[in-house]
Amino acid sequence: MNIHEYQAKEIFRKYNVPVPQGRVAFTVDEAVEAAKELGGKLWVVKAQIHAGGRGLGGGVKLAKSIDEVREWADKILGMTLVTHQTGPEGKVVHKVYIEEGADIAKEYYLGMLLDRAAEMPVMMASTEGGMEIEKVAAETPEKIVKVNIDPTVGFQGFHGRKLAFGLGLPKEEVGTFIKFASALYKAYMDNDAEMVEINPLIKTGDGKFLALDAKMGFDDNALYRHPDISEMRDLEEEEPTELEAKEHGLSYIKLDGNVGCMVNGAGLAMATMDIIKHEGGEPANFLDVGGGANPETVAKGFEIILKDPNVKAIFVNIFGGIVRCDRVANGILEATKITDVTVPVIVRLDGTNAEEAAEILRNANIENIIAAENLSDGARKAVAAAKGEL
Amino acid sequence: MSILVNKDTKVIVQGFTGKEGTFHASQCIDYGTKIVGGVTPGKGGQEHLGRPVFNTVAEAVETTGATVSMIFVPPAFVADAVMEAAEAGIELAVIITEGAPVRDMMYAKMYATKKGMNTIGPNCPGIITAEECKIGIMPGMIFKKGNVGLISKSGTLTYEASHQVVQEGYGITTAVGIGGDPIIGLSYKQLLPMFEADPETEAIVMIGEIGGDLEIQAAAYIKENISKPVVAFIAGQTAPKGKRMGHAGAIISGGSGTAAEKMAALEAAGVKVVVSPAEIGKAVKEVLSK
Ligand SMILES: Nc1ncnc2c1ncn2[C@@H]1O[C@H](COP(=O)(O)OP(=O)(O)O)[C@@H](O)[C@H]1O
Ligand SMILES: [Mg+2]
Repeated sequence: MNIHEYQAKEIFRKYNVPVPQGRVAFTVDEAVEAAKELGGKLWVVKAQIHAGGRGLGGGVKLAKSIDEVREWADKILGMTLVTHQTGPEGKVVHKVYIEEGADIAKEYYLGMLLDRAAEMPVMMASTEGGMEIEKVAAETPEKIVKVNIDPTVGFQGFHGRKLAFGLGLPKEEVGTFIKFASALYKAYMDNDAEMVEINPLIKTGDGKFLALDAKMGFDDNALYRHPDISEMRDLEEEEPTELEAKEHGLSYIKLDGNVGCMVNGAGLAMATMDIIKHEGGEPANFLDVGGGANPETVAKGFEIILKDPNVKAIFVNIFGGIVRCDRVANGILEATKITDVTVPVIVRLDGTNAEEAAEILRNANIENIIAAENLSDGARKAVAAAKGEL
Repeated sequence: MSILVNKDTKVIVQGFTGKEGTFHASQCIDYGTKIVGGVTPGKGGQEHLGRPVFNTVAEAVETTGATVSMIFVPPAFVADAVMEAAEAGIELAVIITEGAPVRDMMYAKMYATKKGMNTIGPNCPGIITAEECKIGIMPGMIFKKGNVGLISKSGTLTYEASHQVVQEGYGITTAVGIGGDPIIGLSYKQLLPMFEADPETEAIVMIGEIGGDLEIQAAAYIKENISKPVVAFIAGQTAPKGKRMGHAGAIISGGSGTAAEKMAALEAAGVKVVVSPAEIGKAVKEVLSK
């Protein structure tokens, strides 16, 4: 689960990771009020969406007066912000963060995530602050300093020194930096974060380190033990159909093609998308119905897939194991009674009791339910059906 | 022959008396697996599925001589269960539970490694030596005995692959579902040498996924160390960047973890890489009839 910058900065404050003063605002009036409360002469109005690159997209604006705060808040609230992380459709801005303008002397990058190869967290720092870190990693990897932190010993001075000296910090700043990094480590570990990213981390004119941006994501499997973080979930940031699917125990992701897919198991679901492409079609979605594949989940699956008007055919690809194919076949027939399915449905059932299942589908004699012999036959038929060639 | 488990392997079940534990343990028993008992704290002394229940893994190991534990406890208790198994001298823990926090698995695996215990999973179908021993939730009848070793990150795709191999007239020695979480136990790199050393295994099928770099590590290992033919399929060739496809690990971040780069690395290591998941069986036939 991801959270907004303003929420991540709340967590930072709790862990003594230094951040500028700021307030979240949902309306223009609130934004103005926030700026007045903060005081000072320079403010930044920042769009709050779950995506980076807001600055370049026009979602981060400097205001030199309260009037300018009002102007920018008015422009940014409600705008559809497009950044390299939102996709071309962009994201609507529902809130802004009003923050005191910082005096930036130098920008750095500091982040943490799980190093899967080392099986422990890694902290990464770079002098290329403000840049997209993937780009830095690809083009100038030598500008990223990394240190693995064994959680059984925790963050030690040497971890901090490796990063600080790696960044070329003068020795009088090393201590402050280590304090900063160590606080960040604690915020990450305590909360079961999946990643934390400060880009940019700045050094101010008077030599302090401040987190100017803050991004945090959390391990969904650990949310049960962090009710405070679960509460930070912003449903407006999630795709409504994906959310609805999740509520019914389905895992759905919308894609751009026209062949709908319903599959049991994430790996097979991805493989099904792959084979559709391989046969010359384009998958409309990823949909994992899980182990159950009972009439209700299948019906819900149909309903969700058909919300996408691009879908011209549906490929049901179920490998029956412990849940036998004959039961799945009956489930599919049941489902077509619950949800009206208007497009051709190509059904490939294989595994335990596959023959009985084929028999059930044949006997049902429903015009738009077409049985497939095997995986490639199913994919081929689904692609043809979507093109209107079946 | 086989790897890791066979008809003589003595298995206990942690989370034995729960709904999942009960259902799958009885399926395993039906398959012929030597389930010698189970652990449910507080229910020690009872009998379940005709096997003794113990309060602790240590007691279960002492009484039954079990070397493998199949773990079904709820996600919040997985790390504890794994560490208890390691402490009790279990040699292999097969963790079926889905949804364990990554941080917990990190500590659990570190402890298991320290105690010399191997782990498989979490969030996986388990391990099966065809027609001998099934430790997990896979449908046993799909795995006919044969000469192909199978390693897979994904559950149903494991069944799909085995099914195709069987349809081509071959069969499976041992199939291992390693799971697709960010931190997993035994992976390609540790399992490949076991299959290489197993006299009955003549070819190896490896099913990968987008995300992480285990397949890249496997490719490097195969190039230097594996003489048996390897067939590979990588799921997620068409997955968009940054979207998580079911498994916590199945996500392409930045430029890395893509199917294309994994497929290229495997191909360069001499692996027969199939683009379509429907070609796995045929590819096995091809490499075995050479
Ligand atoms: N409080 C602030 N004071 C001064 N400049 C800021 C402040 N917050 C952000 N900026 C500037 O705006 C840029 C973009 O803001 P940031 O929070 O990094 O958003 P994003 O990464 O989404 O573009 C920063 O790199 C920094 O130069
Ligand atoms: Mg930024």
